[in-house]
Amino acid sequence: MIPAHLMGAVEIRGNAAYIDASNLYYKDLNKILRSLGNPEKTIHIRNVYGQRYIGTDLDQEMEIHIHGTPGNDLAAFMDGPAIYVHGNAQDGVGNTMNGGKVIVHGRAGDIVGHSMRGGEVYIRDDVGYRCGIHMKEYKEKRPTLVVGGTAQDYLGEYMAGGVLAVLGLTLGEDLVHKARFIGTGMHGGIVYLRGKARSLGKEVDAVPMKEDDHERVQSIIDSYRKHFGVEKELPTSSFTKLVPVSKRPYGRLYVH
Amino acid sequence: MKTYLEPEFIVERNDDRCIRCKVCVNQCTYETHYYDEEDDQVLSRDENCVNCHRCVVFCPTHAITIKPNPTRYTENWNWSDEAIFTLKKQAESGAIVITGMGCDKPYLTYWDRILIDASQVTNPSIDPLREPMEIQTFLGAKPDRLEMEYNNGDIVLQTELAPQLTCETPIMFTALSYGAISFNVHTALARAATEFGTYMNTGEGGLDEQLYKYGDHIIVQVASGRFGVHAKYLDAGAAVEIKIGQGAKPGIGGHLPGEKVTEDISRTRMIPVGTDALSPAPQHDIYSIEDLRQLIYALKEATDYTKPVSVKIAAVHNSAAIASGMVRAGADIIALDGVRGATGAAPKVIRDNVGIPIELALASVDKRLRDEGIRNHASVVAAGGIKSSADVVKAIALGADAVYIGTAALVALGCTVCQGCHTGKCPWGIATTDPWISRRVNPDIATQRLVNLLRGWSLEIKEMMGGMGINAIESLRGNRDRLRGVGLTDTELRILGIKMAGD
Repeated sequence: MIPAHLMGAVEIRGNAAYIDASNLYYKDLNKILRSLGNPEKTIHIRNVYGQRYIGTDLDQEMEIHIHGTPGNDLAAFMDGPAIYVHGNAQDGVGNTMNGGKVIVHGRAGDIVGHSMRGGEVYIRDDVGYRCGIHMKEYKEKRPTLVVGGTAQDYLGEYMAGGVLAVLGLTLGEDLVHKARFIGTGMHGGIVYLRGKARSLGKEVDAVPMKEDDHERVQSIIDSYRKHFGVEKELPTSSFTKLVPVSKRPYGRLYVH
Repeated sequence: MKTYLEPEFIVERNDDRCIRCKVCVNQCTYETHYYDEEDDQVLSRDENCVNCHRCVVFCPTHAITIKPNPTRYTENWNWSDEAIFTLKKQAESGAIVITGMGCDKPYLTYWDRILIDASQVTNPSIDPLREPMEIQTFLGAKPDRLEMEYNNGDIVLQTELAPQLTCETPIMFTALSYGAISFNVHTALARAATEFGTYMNTGEGGLDEQLYKYGDHIIVQVASGRFGVHAKYLDAGAAVEIKIGQGAKPGIGGHLPGEKVTEDISRTRMIPVGTDALSPAPQHDIYSIEDLRQLIYALKEATDYTKPVSVKIAAVHNSAAIASGMVRAGADIIALDGVRGATGAAPKVIRDNVGIPIELALASVDKRLRDEGIRNHASVVAAGGIKSSADVVKAIALGADAVYIGTAALVALGCTVCQGCHTGKCPWGIATTDPWISRRVNPDIATQRLVNLLRGWSLEIKEMMGGMGINAIESLRGNRDRLRGVGLTDTELRILGIKMAGD
């Protein structure tokens, strides 16, 4: 049930809901979202001006279109919905996310995909610092974070699982990612970089792409094209695969 | 490399008493005892002994005595045996020395320099055996003022109250992660908390789904590794705690080695079997008070504002200023963990040298929050070194709303504070994930022992309160006038906010 005082911001037409967020505090916006989903499977939120935590903890299958700029922690702890951002996103997209999708038609800030355990996050352009930090996987849960542009320092830090792909579409001809310390402390998962890294953390190694890597990267590129419609040729052979040197980077650090 | 380390303990076996039953051989998980068939004798490898007393307690004829190795290095106040031992260990490994439990160095335990008042002649004492004595404690943000309306003689509360935890005694079980301790111990803590009406804290290793049914008495923790953190887990608990720091290892992260990540541990932590579970030192979405606020409210959003959010920090030099920020960031409960707070594994150098005593941190935090007029916005929970009901009473009089106990609860289950938690071989079946050793803790008996501990301490708290002429714990909270210090300097008394005995 949408609380009565918030009814004015919502218009429901069949299975779709339209929310005008221009005067909504994030708490109220999320309250509305939590009360939708049945039967409103498609939700359009207009005039989003930095409201935080949109989609937090939602666990139903639904499609949320955000028009404007969502605030920090978009889709935190989320487990199910697909969120399409028609604009840029801020920090913490997909923080500790368990499942679902976030597709950002623009760029995003720092710590995108922090501790993400499942689902997919696609960012069309660049991202900030520490993206993909401590992503992990468990059984059938294997998160995918795809960045169309490039990233800042500490990309994939402490990464423990999942797939992180950076397509370098905003880079120059040299295709060198300027981020420093990529994969510092990484002990699981895979990073695919189109082009080359300028600086790797000491716990990662660049290894040759195998057949299944080419397939995986191709399918990521295909999804990216589907979401954002990019024309450019992206041969999978232009990718570098980064994996942890060891599953136990700190194995010899301690004595009993 | 030949080791230059000598055995720390010597196992003495009275051969007249030994009946060759081999209980010691089977009980010792460090393989200290062995049976020599040819000579029909039970013998010991002293160098393996950690002085856990498992064999001593289980030997049916009391044949075993463990002694500190009487062979000492030449007496030297500066170069203690421990300093030499630790240094040699490092020379042989080139690694960080890891240990378990809390700081064992003789920094002043202020609890033991504080005495409690009692009523004599005036303001008569109360006998808790015959008169009601209220120790129920509510944890969570309290409003600045209450608005009420009278309706046909009834008082109707108009102010919307923040969510609260209701403790039947001001004692909770501190964060002990599944992985650091066994499933049976996690179960016993959850059951005892439920039976007595208090709370256990999951620690950062998640919560097995079998224990969700005790969720009304469980605080679920969210730490930097975010292990096992998902919507169902957050919903399962009665409160959520953000772990920033731990008294045993302020400022550093945690590290559950891959060997301990068994199938069951893997399921609750939600990481593959055998991989290291690394908790980074900071929470990487928290670099400021504003960021802390962001995570607090993310968790409040995720739990629809129905549960209090606690933030736990290690007691450090500027705890009071940080605590002020934490309250302003929206924390409903502040947990402070002092330098003597224990751990399942921490670098010894950190455990023994970083942090400050809980008594001083608690007193300064409580004062700061009162001075700023925001003390009611959050409850304060003191942890790290509470070892008796007297410590609980002193903590509450210094300003705590409740305390967390960890080591004390484990001692109730058999722990002898041998400091070997990090080995994963705990012969008492407590600090281990080995399914065979874990069976040594029977959850029914363990629950009973924990409930007995809570009952015993609660009765003692009521006795002490009665002696002071106080019949509700609310009247003891922050009542520093009922405490006196002995053998403390003026500065210590000033920070503790108490007077010298006799004054």
